[in-house]
Amino acid sequence: MKLGLSLSSVSISIAGKALVPPLSAAIAPGEILTVMGPSGSGKSTLLAYVGGTLDPVFTASGAVMLDGENLTGRPPERRRIGVLFQDDLLFPHLSVAGNLAFGLVSGLTGAARLERIKDALAQADLAGFADHDPPTLSGGQRARVSLLRTLLAEPRALLLDEPFSKLDSVMRDEFRSLVFDHCRKVGLPTILVTHDEKDAVASGGRVVLLCAC
Amino acid sequence: MMLKLAPIIVVAMIMGPILAGLGGTLLPAFGYLPAIGRNELSFDAWRELWSTPGIGRSVWLSLSTGLLATILSLLCAMGCVATLSHMPGFRRIERALAPLLATPHAALAIGFAFLVAPSGWIARAISPELTGWTRPPALVTLRDPEGISLVLGLMLKETPFLMIMMVSALNQIRYREHMAVALSLGYNRPKAWLVAVFPPLYRQIRLPIYAVLSFSLSVVDVALVLGPGAPAPLAVLVARWFSDYDLALYPRAAAAALLQFVLTIGMIALWRLAEIVTEKMALTWATSGNRPSIAGITLSAACGASLVLAAGSFFSIVGLGLWSVAGDWRFPDAWPDFVTWDVWSRQGSDVLGHAVTTLTVGLAATGLSIAASLAVLESESRFGRRSSSWLSTLLYTPLIVPQIAFVFGLQVLLVWLGIDGLLLTVTYVHALFVLPYLHLAVSDAYHSLDPRFARAARSLGAGPWRVFWRIKVPLLLRPILIASAVGFGVSVAQYLPTLFAGSGRIATLTTEAVTLASGSDRRVLGVYGALQTALPILAYLAALIVPAILFRHRRGLA
Repeated sequence: MKLGLSLSSVSISIAGKALVPPLSAAIAPGEILTVMGPSGSGKSTLLAYVGGTLDPVFTASGAVMLDGENLTGRPPERRRIGVLFQDDLLFPHLSVAGNLAFGLVSGLTGAARLERIKDALAQADLAGFADHDPPTLSGGQRARVSLLRTLLAEPRALLLDEPFSKLDSVMRDEFRSLVFDHCRKVGLPTILVTHDEKDAVASGGRVVLLCAC
Repeated sequence: MMLKLAPIIVVAMIMGPILAGLGGTLLPAFGYLPAIGRNELSFDAWRELWSTPGIGRSVWLSLSTGLLATILSLLCAMGCVATLSHMPGFRRIERALAPLLATPHAALAIGFAFLVAPSGWIARAISPELTGWTRPPALVTLRDPEGISLVLGLMLKETPFLMIMMVSALNQIRYREHMAVALSLGYNRPKAWLVAVFPPLYRQIRLPIYAVLSFSLSVVDVALVLGPGAPAPLAVLVARWFSDYDLALYPRAAAAALLQFVLTIGMIALWRLAEIVTEKMALTWATSGNRPSIAGITLSAACGASLVLAAGSFFSIVGLGLWSVAGDWRFPDAWPDFVTWDVWSRQGSDVLGHAVTTLTVGLAATGLSIAASLAVLESESRFGRRSSSWLSTLLYTPLIVPQIAFVFGLQVLLVWLGIDGLLLTVTYVHALFVLPYLHLAVSDAYHSLDPRFARAARSLGAGPWRVFWRIKVPLLLRPILIASAVGFGVSVAQYLPTLFAGSGRIATLTTEAVTLASGSDRRVLGVYGALQTALPILAYLAALIVPAILFRHRRGLA
C-alpha cells in the first residue's frame, strides 16, 4: 500500500539551538518535494534525520511515516530509504559490479545476482562496465552507477542531497531527468535538497524554504 | 551493549595495571612491604635514598639529559619540517621515516655505540689516514659522564618521531593557506612558518612531545647502552636496585621510582608553564612587524643537524648488520676483511628462540591493541562521542607515566596473582604501550574517513556491523596495517615491561641485546640488533605491500 512519505512536526536542534523549525509535510508517491535554503540552514541534517543517520550530537523530534509505518527511531538499514549524495560515494575498494552488489537486495543468489546487475548496467547505458574500477569512469557514469546502486536496494522513498551540483550543466540536466523520471515512474516519494532554482523548477513540485536564522 | 562500554572497558584495562603498579611502588616507598616484615609508615627508604652516594648527580643527569634530548629533538624536527615542507615529495618523507620509527631504541643505541666508540666505525673510517691512530684512541666518546652520547642516542629516535607527528598534524591544519598569507605579507619563509604554522601545529603534537619528555627523563635501556655508569641516571639506578635479589633494597628502589615519577610529572608541568611563557613572548615577536629575522639560520642549522642525525641512524643500522657478518675486522680498517655467516649459524638456535618469542608477543599485543582501538572508535562513532572524548585521552596515560615508576609494583601484583612470567601476561603489558601509539595513528585515519560512506551503506540496507567489516575496515586497511607495524615495533622495543612482567623468564631479542650490550662480542650483538631492526621493518614492508596487492586495481585507494 503506497501512502507516501510524511513528516509531522520534525524539528532538529544542536546544543540547545534550534536548527530546523517544526516542519510538517506529506509527500505523495511520485512527488518530489524540494527543500531550499542557504548553507548551514540544516537541509542536509533534515535528510539525515529522515534517513535515520543523524549524528548523535543533534537532538531531534517529530515523526517520519512511510507508507503508513512509523519509522521514527528505526535504524537506517531497516527504513528502505535510498539516499543520493553530492558525491557519488562509490566504495573505492569495490568494482562497479561490487558496488551494485552491495546495494542489491538479498534474495537473488549467485549467477542470478550477477545477471540482475548486468541488466541494470545495460539499461543505464553502462553495459560492459561491471569489472571497472569506479575512479576510471566519467563523472556522469559514476553518478548513474550511484543511482543504480541506490535503486537496486529497492527503496520505498528517495532522499536527494544536492546530487546534481557537482556535475557539469549538460550532464546535470540529463542526470536530473533520469532521476526524476524514475521517481515518477516507480512512484517514489522524494525529498530533494538543493541550492539550484533550476532543480526546483524541474521537480515540478512544492518548495519548502529553510532560513539560516 | 559490550561495544557501548568498550571505551570504559579499555580504559579500565589500561588504568588498572598502571594504578595498581603505582600503588605497588608507593607502599614500599613508605615502609609497607610485608614480604620483608615491614608494615608501618616510615621514611627510612627516603633517608636511605638521600644517603646514597652520588644520588644528587644521578638526579641531575636524568633531568639534564632528558630535557636536553627533548628540546634538541624538537628543534631538529622543527628545522626539518620548516625548511623542507614546501618541497615537492616532502609527503613521502613520512614513508621514509616510518621504518626508522619502527627500529627499537635499544638496537639503534647499540648501532650508535658501534659507530661512535673510540674503536667504532667512524674512527676506523678516518684512521689512520686523518688521525694517525693505529689503535683505538683513549677518548671518552661513549657513556661519557655528562651523558652527551645518551642525548645523541635519544635524538636519533625522537627527532624522526616528532617529525612524523608534525607531518601528519600538518594535514589537519590549513598550513598551505596560512603559509601563503604570511609569505604574501612579506615575511621570509622561516619566520612565516614559525608565526603562522607552528602555533597550531604545536597544539596538535603536544601529547607526543610530553611522551618524548617523559621517555627521555626515565629511559633505561638506551641509558644502559649509552649513558654514564657511575653515577648512572636515576632510572638506571632504580632498575638496577629492583633487579637485585636483595629484598632489603626494595624500599629504597621504590622511593627512587616514586621520585622518578614525581620528577617526570613535575618536568611536564614545568614544560607546560614554559609553553605559556613562550607563547606570550612569541606573540610580541610575531606582532612586532619585523620582517627580517634570524629564525632562518637557526631553523636551517637545526635542519642540517637532523640530516646528520639521519645519517647517523642509517649508519648505525647498517653497522649492526655489517658487524653481524664481519669476519676479521682489525682496528684501523674501514671494512672487515671478509664476511661470514659464522656468527649467525653459531647463535642460530638461541636467536631463533628469542625471535619467535618476540614475534609471538609482538603480533598478539598488536592484535589485541587493534581490536581495542577499533572498538573504542566504533563505539564513539555509534553512541556519540561527547561523554567518551575525555575518556579516550586516558588511553595515552602509558605514554606519560614513566615505565620504571610502575613496572615493579605491577610485578609484585602479578607475582601475587601467580601470573608473572607467562607469555600472555607479557603480551598484555606490552599492549599497554602498543595501544596508545597505535590508537594515535588509527584514530586519525578513522576520523578522516568520509562519514557519508557509512551513511550511504546504511541507507542501502547494511547494518552497523556489515558497514564496519565490509566498508570501514577495507577502506582503512592501509592505515590500520601501518599503525599495526608501528605498534609491532613498539612491542619489539619493550625492555622494562618484558623484564618485569616476565619475571626475567621471558627473553626477547631486546632484553637479550641489552643484557649482552655490556661487554659482549660485537658480532653477537650485531646479530641481535640486526634482527631487532629487521622484524619491525619487515612488518612495515608487509603493511605497505599487502594493501598494494589487494587494491592493485583500485585507483581510489592508491
